[in-house]
Amino acid sequence: MCSLSKEKTTQVTVDADKLRSEIRDKSVKVLDIRKEDDYKQGHIPGAINLPLASLLADDSPEKVLQYAQSFGIGDETSVVVYDDTFGALASRVAWTLEYIGHKDVSLLDITYGTWKKLGLETSSETPSAVKTSHSLKLQPQILATSDYLVPAKEKGAILVDNRERLNFLEQHIPGAINIPYRMLASGQNILRPKDDLKRLMQNRNINADSEIITYCGSVGTLSGLGYYALKSLGMNNVKLYVRSFKEWKSLEKPIEKQNDANYWDLSAE
Amino acid sequence: MSNTSVSQSKPGNAPTHKVNWGRLEEAERFSELVKQYRQGKISRDDFRRFRLQHGAYGSRMTDDYSMIRLKLPAGEVYAEQLEKVADLSEQFSIGSAHVSTRQNFQLHWVALEDVSEVLRGLAEAGMTTREACGNSVRSIMCSPLAGVCPDEIFDPTPYAVAATKFLLRNPMCQSLPRKFKINFTCCEKHGMARMVDIGLIPQIVEINGKPQRGFKVFLGGGLGAQSFVGHQLEQFTSEDELLHTIVSVIRIFDRLGNRDNMARARMRYLVNEMGWEKFQNLVLKERAMLKMLLSILIKLEVDKTPDVLRKISISSEVPSVPQGFARWKKSNTFKQKQPGFSSVFLTLESGDVTATQLRAIAEMAREFTADGQIRNGFTQDMVFRWVRDEDLPRIYSKLLEVGLANPGALTMASVVGCSGTTSCNLALTNSHRLAKEVQRKFIELKIDEDDDLRNSTIKISGCPNSCGQHEIATIGFYGGGGRLGKDMYPLYTMSLGGRSDEDTTLGHSCTKVPAKRVIPTILKIVEIFKSEKKSGETLDLWIRRVIEGNGGPNIKSLETIKDLLKSVVSAPTKDQDEDFYADYGSDGSYHTKTGRGECAA
Ligand code: SF4
Repeated sequence: MCSLSKEKTTQVTVDADKLRSEIRDKSVKVLDIRKEDDYKQGHIPGAINLPLASLLADDSPEKVLQYAQSFGIGDETSVVVYDDTFGALASRVAWTLEYIGHKDVSLLDITYGTWKKLGLETSSETPSAVKTSHSLKLQPQILATSDYLVPAKEKGAILVDNRERLNFLEQHIPGAINIPYRMLASGQNILRPKDDLKRLMQNRNINADSEIITYCGSVGTLSGLGYYALKSLGMNNVKLYVRSFKEWKSLEKPIEKQNDANYWDLSAE
Repeated sequence: MSNTSVSQSKPGNAPTHKVNWGRLEEAERFSELVKQYRQGKISRDDFRRFRLQHGAYGSRMTDDYSMIRLKLPAGEVYAEQLEKVADLSEQFSIGSAHVSTRQNFQLHWVALEDVSEVLRGLAEAGMTTREACGNSVRSIMCSPLAGVCPDEIFDPTPYAVAATKFLLRNPMCQSLPRKFKINFTCCEKHGMARMVDIGLIPQIVEINGKPQRGFKVFLGGGLGAQSFVGHQLEQFTSEDELLHTIVSVIRIFDRLGNRDNMARARMRYLVNEMGWEKFQNLVLKERAMLKMLLSILIKLEVDKTPDVLRKISISSEVPSVPQGFARWKKSNTFKQKQPGFSSVFLTLESGDVTATQLRAIAEMAREFTADGQIRNGFTQDMVFRWVRDEDLPRIYSKLLEVGLANPGALTMASVVGCSGTTSCNLALTNSHRLAKEVQRKFIELKIDEDDDLRNSTIKISGCPNSCGQHEIATIGFYGGGGRLGKDMYPLYTMSLGGRSDEDTTLGHSCTKVPAKRVIPTILKIVEIFKSEKKSGETLDLWIRRVIEGNGGPNIKSLETIKDLLKSVVSAPTKDQDEDFYADYGSDGSYHTKTGRGECAA
């Protein structure tokens, strides 16, 4: 494949074959976002464990920078992230790295569960990392805050809620549209093929140059996946409202709801 | 972007769908029309007609979401189709699908913008939603026991499929005065031949010494604000005349049906207003003419090649019999006419089933059934057929694992409830949830084990329309609103004694029952029945006796029952009992609110 631009283009997702060859070449740092116990039982060879809970305990840029450096991630290092939760946790970490200014970060296009089901190699060894340095160049254009939301919407930004349908119907930020995270995946891949995703967005009248803000229930995981789904279409004006609906509610901001219908009683859960 | 490709290993010999009902271009057209509608290029009414023709209803209080109804001729679904429905419900709906009373799946609360994607997915797996709603010939039903029922004369399934092939997308059926329903049944007991526009029961007669296949044909029945029982067209309608007969009836309805008054547009009103004899003559004349004119042009393509049944391997290990198995086997399985095989009925709650459960059902269909499919039933249920008797404990264990092993399917404990206020625009009450509540309570009370109650039914509609089929229930309810002073509460009208077999009758209205008193009311009726019944008498037969004015020494008529229920159904004040004033599924106080009707069970 030839690329017109000389710059290295970063893919949103990386497939298993490519990752395996990069692991063999030692040209990639792999991050495993699952719980420590799960990680210890087996992980992709060479992967470093960063449980999402550890990151969320303090996701200030300084702390994230520390993590990156201690993992041996330099400014130019290729990073691939995976989890076992639809790719949502991995997305949140990838976005955080992007936010502190790390450019070369991708998602593995399958979950760890699928990796194992495919019979691909795993390891239970914990790799040792050599500390390195990484610069800090915050990317505020990919972050949305609660104050930003309303004025942006008034200027035409599209607010996307990535929670499940019933949660959305029950309450959401006024004017948001719902793209449940389940819609984004296909078969065993965490994201649908580009053409599929493109059609879904076109059906909703979302164009390549629309400004989009994604959010979800609490910490920006499902909406992180939403963020990368849109990025995979080459959309560049996408932001993550990382504090999401949990913060919105705690700030007692207005909430919209689908009234006068008992939709929860249709669920067989 | 290339994706990691994952090949799924599936047992190789599982049958897959035989007829592809789907059309990808219809999905594309739907997507196009949604865009035009959003841009104001087509009117709301035109769009609405188009949407209904393609199986998408509006949802309660909003057109931005759709309820998508599949059209599953004869209720047949293959394993791979179940998995597709599971995926689509997870991706675009609420993670559960719903089995209707007409053998179809429904997906609720799908964003209008995604309907085309659902249609696309369905078409990929050979399914369609075309003419599942709107003024068209709706999905042609066929008893889920067709082909395995000991009382049937022959299997009507191929005829239901062939009739669908002829009528689906046929220009003749695109703009009828109102919806049109056709049911095939296996025998007199199973199915609803007298409660639809055209009902058909297989029959064989000897003509010139040769046995000749044909049907008993019933016309002009139907449930609704006004219900009618169908009339038999003639002694015997031979299979060669079947299509001519169906086409004649549809043509007459198309010409003469009431297009001015939607409330009286169903064919049963035409039959009723014209009088049966006149209508009957018209049909016979039309048919004679059609046969003369079109004898070469139309022919039903009935695929009579018998289904190849797979050998299913029975595990050699003797399974330990799981707890609850005997109770479940008694109420959820049906001995087929083929020795050694049973059909297995699943007790769902108001027809709801999760995506995960659908996938498990697909796996079980592959593993345990010789025909590799399931059939959706008439009572919001799903049916495995061709299961080996020896496998029943194993299939039960599997069902237990996914929460599908509830007993009661073929008994009064399995309750039908339409969608009510969960999604329907016309609903006054949450009939859907009420049905679930009644069922849970009755399974807890082991009502399914009581032989006196086995063949009775409970059915609940959320308004006077009859999507929940309350009129043919032994105990039926339809929703409305009640009031004490200025406070409103959800209230049902109860009817007793309905049935849908060869003695089809509509239930007789008995009394009004507040939503929160429905369970104690039914229990009270059972209690009265127990003290009055003759030995060996079942609830449905006793109720028939009550209606005839001969219910036992203490029960003269329905009026007596009404009196005995007075204390149960009386309304407390809001201060005494606040919960009484809230419908199931809501904590706020009750008020009625409805939108434009598109009617949806
Ligand atoms: S219109 Fe049909 S589905 Fe809706 S509440 Fe009435 S009976 Fe139920």
